[in-house]
Amino acid sequence: MQYISNIIFAIILIAGVGYFARNIKKLIRNIKLGQDVDVSDNKPQRWKNMARIALGQSKMVVRPIAGILHIIVYVGFVIINVEVLEIIIDGLFGTHRIGLKVLPESVYGFLIGSFEVLAVLVLLAVVFFWTRRNVINLKRFKSLKGWPKNDGNIILYFEVVLMCLFLVMNATDTSFQEMGSGNVISGFMAPWFNEVSTDTLHLIERSAWWLHIFGILVFLNYLYFSKHLHILLAFPNTYYGKLTPKGQFNNLEAVTKEVKLMMDPNADPFAAPVEGDEDEEPAKFGASDVMDLNQIQLLNAYTCTECGRCTSECPANQTGKKLSPRKIMMDTRDRLVEVGKNIDANGGEFKDDGKQLLNDYITKEELWACTTCNACVEACPVSIDPLSIIMEMRRYLVMEESAAPMELNNMMTNIENNGAPWPYNQQDRLNWANEN
Amino acid sequence: MSEQLKVPTIAEYMVEGKQPEILFWVGSAGSYDDRAKKITKAFVKLLNSAKVDFAVLGAEESNTGDVAKRAGNEFLFQMQAMMNIEVLNGYEVKRIVTCDPHSFNCIKNEYPSLGGVYDVIHHTQYIKELIDAGRLSVKGDTYKGKRITFHDPCYLGRANSEFDAPRNVLQKSNGTLVEMKKSKRFALCCGAGGAQMFKEPEKGDMDVNILRTKQALETTPDIIATGCPYCNTMMTDGIKAKEKEKSVEVLDIAEVIANSL
Repeated sequence: MQYISNIIFAIILIAGVGYFARNIKKLIRNIKLGQDVDVSDNKPQRWKNMARIALGQSKMVVRPIAGILHIIVYVGFVIINVEVLEIIIDGLFGTHRIGLKVLPESVYGFLIGSFEVLAVLVLLAVVFFWTRRNVINLKRFKSLKGWPKNDGNIILYFEVVLMCLFLVMNATDTSFQEMGSGNVISGFMAPWFNEVSTDTLHLIERSAWWLHIFGILVFLNYLYFSKHLHILLAFPNTYYGKLTPKGQFNNLEAVTKEVKLMMDPNADPFAAPVEGDEDEEPAKFGASDVMDLNQIQLLNAYTCTECGRCTSECPANQTGKKLSPRKIMMDTRDRLVEVGKNIDANGGEFKDDGKQLLNDYITKEELWACTTCNACVEACPVSIDPLSIIMEMRRYLVMEESAAPMELNNMMTNIENNGAPWPYNQQDRLNWANEN
Repeated sequence: MSEQLKVPTIAEYMVEGKQPEILFWVGSAGSYDDRAKKITKAFVKLLNSAKVDFAVLGAEESNTGDVAKRAGNEFLFQMQAMMNIEVLNGYEVKRIVTCDPHSFNCIKNEYPSLGGVYDVIHHTQYIKELIDAGRLSVKGDTYKGKRITFHDPCYLGRANSEFDAPRNVLQKSNGTLVEMKKSKRFALCCGAGGAQMFKEPEKGDMDVNILRTKQALETTPDIIATGCPYCNTMMTDGIKAKEKEKSVEVLDIAEVIANSL
């Protein structure tokens, strides 16, 4: 019977990690619904970007207050989770504070002491974040309603509970308090429990310990359903982020093939397709649904933490237009999740649900309001590129549906006919040189 | 500008069996738009003054296709691009300068994979090069002490990370450079990009150029300097809407320098 708690711990751990792994597999499957894209180039630069932007949080501090507080929560969360390693070992092998057995008391004390200080800093930052989200009238948070708003708050509550459990666990651990090293914060909390009997104290300590690890596993599994996936996906996302100048949009290869054929004076326009080419589906230009987007764009969607920096920098949004780059990302994820569920429900095969990303989620009005200025791309702290999705959808509208606004169609007809967006004669291109 | 400008075409160079130092890509706006033509002429004045052997394509130039691409028409873009590349490669062009950041970005970044590889620079970069090399001397009396604020074109600044050349050049005018709150990497768009120049804006509560003009006016400038013909139009319209055209001038950097020779 003495192993019963070890066994229960192992079961909870395996269940928690297992369910998470299952969902991550689903997430990867969903991302792979997107088009292949070659991102195997320039690895050194990609690692550097990941180190600088994700690990180093370089773009967070562009807005200093939120940025520094975010770094506290991030560093706090990562470092305090080192403690989880000890909890897992203790839980599996029935030890108590295994760290003390392998590390000198002073080193262990220093570690736990810094965890405690960080825990308090995290609590303070979280209070500030909650206030920003719920009390201060910050437009980019006020505009969130329903699930996205609750999601943001739930994560903050999670952090509060986890940090408190960690501190209570230390404060009620009599042997740890007696050691007197590392209890920099919990040492002040210990006297609160002076009236409590030793048995009860032990019970509180054990409960806090169990709830702490249980809470962490719940949090881990909550991620998949939450905007908070960025704590994991920010790393691959910054690694795969765009390396070329922001102004460089990709050239569609399928179009290049056709244009070359069109411009080749030796090409036979009535030629039969080459042997073996008959089965090839004609390429679809642009994107009307998530499967038309590429895998990086879908990873972008899962990575978005809905902070809204993109939208607050967007010229269209700032002047009251419907376009919001954040909404583009949220819509893409929502649709992708919907498609994933559809596949799960239909035995691994997507069944047409009569819906798509275009119109059912993202409207033309939003797409045409974009100035392609890249402010959203610049603003994103984790290298998400909402503009590339907007562009793919415009391509679909124009090349597959011929659904450009009328003025743009006129402009394009002019370019086709006389090589300028206005109806002027190409022969007059140099007239300016002789005008006074 | 009363003096006659010298604007040779590259075909004329070919006839003489010579190659120009640089090809001046005038662009559609610079060729046809009345306001932008003044920028084109100011830049040519600078080229003439620095005795640069430059050439233009003249009637052989066609739209880069940039605006079609941003509107989503990849077909039209690539057709335009390949036609232009055929002409440029036919003349063995190596180096290109343009006053339009959209042409600059498009030829520099989007032509290479279609077979057009050139050294492409923006006119503010070229003016800086000419000044640094001592080929162009700027007296700098005209705008001495005037407050100048520079509006970063998206496709020069954020899109291609060029923030210094336009500012360095503007300094030669001896004006006082004042920065808007939103500048460089964080500059607000003028509202013309992404083919917006050619259509009515979507429903909203303000036009983008009005918001940007407001930000510019917060610096109480005498001059709003631009480096893009479309930005110029948008800011000029913004100044008119704010009824400030008597006190604030919208000028391209090429014009500021051409007036400071």
